[in-house]
Amino acid sequence: MSVSVEDVRHVADLANLELTAEELPRMAKDLNAVLGYIAQLNELDTSTVEPMAQVGSGLGLKPVQEEETLRRDVVKESIEREMVMAEAPETDGRFFKVPRVIER
Amino acid sequence: MGWSAGVMENGMAREQKMSLQSLTLTEARSAVVEGRVSAVALAQQHFERIAELDGEIHSFLTLTRERALAQAEKVDAAARAGEALGPLAGVPVGIKDVLTTRGVETTAGSKILSGYHPPYDATAVARLEAAGAVVLGKLNCDEFAMGSSNENSAYGPVKNPRAMDRVPGGSSGGSAAAVAAGLCVASLGTDTGGSIRQPAAFCGVVGVLPTYGRVSRYGLIAFASSLDRVGPFARSVEDAATVLEVMAGPDELDATASPQRVADYAAETRKGVEGLRIGVPEEYFGEGLHGEIRAAIETVLDGLRSSGCSLHKVSLPHTRYAVPTYYVLATAEASSNLSRYDGVRYGLRSKDAATLASMFRNTRDEGFGAEVKRRILLGTYVLSAGYYDAYYKKAQQVRSLLARDFVQAFADVDAIVAPVTPTPAFKLGEKTSDPLQMYLEDIYTVSASLAGICGMSVPCGETSDGLPIGVQVLGKYFDEETMLRVGAGVERNQKG
Repeated sequence: MSVSVEDVRHVADLANLELTAEELPRMAKDLNAVLGYIAQLNELDTSTVEPMAQVGSGLGLKPVQEEETLRRDVVKESIEREMVMAEAPETDGRFFKVPRVIER
Repeated sequence: MGWSAGVMENGMAREQKMSLQSLTLTEARSAVVEGRVSAVALAQQHFERIAELDGEIHSFLTLTRERALAQAEKVDAAARAGEALGPLAGVPVGIKDVLTTRGVETTAGSKILSGYHPPYDATAVARLEAAGAVVLGKLNCDEFAMGSSNENSAYGPVKNPRAMDRVPGGSSGGSAAAVAAGLCVASLGTDTGGSIRQPAAFCGVVGVLPTYGRVSRYGLIAFASSLDRVGPFARSVEDAATVLEVMAGPDELDATASPQRVADYAAETRKGVEGLRIGVPEEYFGEGLHGEIRAAIETVLDGLRSSGCSLHKVSLPHTRYAVPTYYVLATAEASSNLSRYDGVRYGLRSKDAATLASMFRNTRDEGFGAEVKRRILLGTYVLSAGYYDAYYKKAQQVRSLLARDFVQAFADVDAIVAPVTPTPAFKLGEKTSDPLQMYLEDIYTVSASLAGICGMSVPCGETSDGLPIGVQVLGKYFDEETMLRVGAGVERNQKG
């Protein structure tokens, strides 16, 4: 399985990354090297192994009960809107502003 | 005594000048509590040392002078009033720049977050300050904690204070270097695949990776959420234990922060190691391990045996699959976590974009460095249609096997002792051109990351070139107590 420059372009598209003409072949080369290394996982027969979906599963610890870690669902004070909006690149103080989405 | 404000303002000379290079947390706190030095003066002394040395080391990205002095004054006022002081009262600390600090620039080492002032503190930071710690500033790191040498920081690399032509390790390179150079007494780092233990080993300080769930991740800028952990750097095992205890425990802002009981970790470090069973994993002593590191670890093991431990060979048969597993899972999670950086709500926004789509793409192109892009691409690839089972699911299955290795090994031993890194600190620029070579730096650290168990790095000597060597102690799930006891035992034997 080898990753072509076209594949990299496709994946970059999915990830919303703009890669330059110089970056594309370099990334293809790097991805191939790393994926080639990752391919050794295929030496292992994992057909009967459960994926580790939660950290600590299978380590013989009593699973944590929901009520132990979930807080009560009540209204609480949140982060101040002003401090949040002050960080926005463009805002009218209430909303985030972005370049026009729909052409008219 | 330096009690009255008048004396403090113009009587700095009466304050005890502390030897910052080797000052321990316990010494710093008692000096403040007993009034031999004020918290303000101790912070000032550190800022002076940072001004003198950090131009070249480059461990700090931002200094939080105002916040530090306000906190130090609060501690001093409490001391004057005879109030009970917290376990970190007046202790100057540094914070890795992937942990948010309210109102203080937090970049994660990335250009895409330059100028970002978070509206909240990370829980770990808030708990340190509540215990009296004085935050001096934010520490340099690899961009989004992706790297093993700190050379991926958008703000320039950190140098290893023990050998200025060498890397400090990564990704928490600034956190390790600042403690090693005496620029702060302790620091916080984060570890996803070795990012605390490896730089601790390279810089000759203690670094602790707590069990996954031991410390809240609230306010930790996410790289790979099932692997990211916050932990301390310090100059002694007891100091690291004290910082860990302050941070540990449940947090209603992070549902993965566990309600498991938190012990008096500092007290555990004084317990001695007699009777403990130490596992030695054969897979960690194979080809590629530097001869002087091997010899240093063997000396550590001999020392533990003399202290009353029994040594046992254990096997962790899937070790060689840990790095490939890690680079599937960590990049998959990263590709998802980093999708939030789009130039809309915070951080950088590309100036020249006419449409929303091009704004997203240009912002991410300008804001992310090469390694971050590489990992986003790899992560997107392994999660993309048609490849999910072959890569992501497969890696999650191997992750189960790696965890099972540890369960089996820990059935017979109380802790595992192994190297942290295959080599001592390498030269700046030595591995930057080959990403795979850099990834292999993590060979002895990623297994514990994937399994979720705790681990630490303790200094255990140096090479003939004077480069620090660290030894790794791995503990059972939520058994930091035993791990710290063994770490302290190693440290005592070092002091002879």
